[in-house]
Amino acid sequence: MSYAGWILLTASLVGLSCGIIGVLLILRRMAMMADAISHTVLLGIVVAYLVTRELSGVHMLIGAIAAGLLTSVLVQWFHARGVQQEASIGVVFTTLFAIGVVLIATKVGNAHLDVKHTLMGEITFIPWERIELPFIGSIPEAVFILSIVLIVVLVAVLAFYKEWKITSFDPALAASLGLPVVLMHYVFMSLVSVTTVAAFDAVGAIMVVAMLITPAAAAYLWTDRLLAMFALSGGFGVLSAVSGYYVAAWLDTSISGSMAFATGIVFMVSFIASPRHGLASRWFRHRAAGGAAPG
Amino acid sequence: MSLALSHNAQWVLFSTLILGVAAGVMGCFAYWKRQSLMSDALSHAALPGVIIGFMIAGSKNLPLMIGGAAASALLGALLIGWIRSSSRVKEDAAMGMILSVFFGLGIMLLTFVNRMGGGSQSGLDSFIFGQAASMVRKDVFTMSGLALLVVLISIIAFKEWKLYLFDPQFAKGLGLSSRWMSSIYMTVLVLVIVIGIQAVGVILMAALLIIPAVSSRYWTNSFLWMVVLSGLFGGMSGMAGTLISTFGKGWPTGPFIVIAASTIFIVSLAFGASKGLLVLLLQRYAQKKSLDRPMSTQRVLERGEAG
Repeated sequence: MSYAGWILLTASLVGLSCGIIGVLLILRRMAMMADAISHTVLLGIVVAYLVTRELSGVHMLIGAIAAGLLTSVLVQWFHARGVQQEASIGVVFTTLFAIGVVLIATKVGNAHLDVKHTLMGEITFIPWERIELPFIGSIPEAVFILSIVLIVVLVAVLAFYKEWKITSFDPALAASLGLPVVLMHYVFMSLVSVTTVAAFDAVGAIMVVAMLITPAAAAYLWTDRLLAMFALSGGFGVLSAVSGYYVAAWLDTSISGSMAFATGIVFMVSFIASPRHGLASRWFRHRAAGGAAPG
Repeated sequence: MSLALSHNAQWVLFSTLILGVAAGVMGCFAYWKRQSLMSDALSHAALPGVIIGFMIAGSKNLPLMIGGAAASALLGALLIGWIRSSSRVKEDAAMGMILSVFFGLGIMLLTFVNRMGGGSQSGLDSFIFGQAASMVRKDVFTMSGLALLVVLISIIAFKEWKLYLFDPQFAKGLGLSSRWMSSIYMTVLVLVIVIGIQAVGVILMAALLIIPAVSSRYWTNSFLWMVVLSGLFGGMSGMAGTLISTFGKGWPTGPFIVIAASTIFIVSLAFGASKGLLVLLLQRYAQKKSLDRPMSTQRVLERGEAG
């Protein structure tokens, strides 16, 4: 496959997994938690590097899951001790992120781990870091990891589809039915962390947040059905990734920045033109009902 | 210690102290408006404005960049409000979107400027993680002046702020326009954020608003004392973080300021006089002891009859 092809495939895989996870994030009103986790996985990656002294995928994944779980446990713990949920998220993730940045600046040096790299990602290097696989041949390592993550996410979501649905829409009912709500919360947090770290290396922290939240929020404006929302959100993710890439190539600028911006355009279009919850359709419906246009 | 520092470094230290105080005070207001994470979204949203300010000026011009930052942060705030009020997307999702999309745009513009040349030399990158050492005398004056202005605004109208935050209905009844108060609140919040981004950076600026306010909550139940303490904690973290970051070459300032603030937070969490863990533990112990005290059956019965 060509160089651009691998980049597009990588970004699309990110868009798909983030889009699917994002739907559950939006429905569970945990969008800012994703923002927090996408920052704290940095600490997990740095600590994993300091312990093992190598930047391999497996160690980084373990470190990142640990950091993600630590974040959600700490947030809950402070919240239980009277700190507002919002403020608690703010305290935990800025602190852990700052520790990560300081460790990079003082201990690791800029040789292997670069702070800027982790924020913006370096998708242009992806096609060169290859591994050999039986039957398939040589493919970029990131594509391999992202494919596995996508499969894990898909299996986890589809296998417990009904459970996710109930715990997201009506946690009280779920608890009264005997579903393990708390366990599912932490499983979900682990899924977010895994997705985040796999995408992190390819596209950087900020674009992960954009890909997790924005396509899902856009899909939320188009449909009321969960399955359709999953499909639309994944589709919007891929659409933003592909169009973002071509805009970046055209303007010769940061690819991940451009992809993040593309998700914003997709949302804006949905916000205005979605037939169900868009501004335009609401305005027309209002006119048809005989009222004045809302201000 | 301060004798060993150059004259310029003393000024930088002073300005981060004032910045910390201003951020601590405003952070309390944001805490009670339950908008801690709003400050995070707004500080990220300031990045494109900084770069556009730089592009217009053609070189590093702090007033213009602060103006640009304020404009794009306010635009972000307006968009968040608009998305929340006219669609079914919730506020947290709207904040996450604005944060990441604006930051993405900022990175696009930054790459653009860096490629044009001159961008990386001008220290634009330092706006991401903060580099207090990159400030020249004029920047220091601009920053300290604006930070003092913020502190003044919160002191002068303290009673009005209190009313607006805790009893908006009553404030309205007294003739305090909540619309005006909201606009002033948002303007001052954005002002604190944009003056802090050179020293602390867009990513961690929110921490200076959030952490001191949460820490001061562990010491007192009085709003006045909370504001005072939070300002104090913010000022201490600003100064300590800047000092520590001068020990290493090229160390970013922002993360050290945040770690200083978090250290104060952990101390407050453990030993805070109002809701600290130690105090809670002692209270629980005393309660348990009073319950465990052996009582004769006779006395229990007497008590029951008496009650």
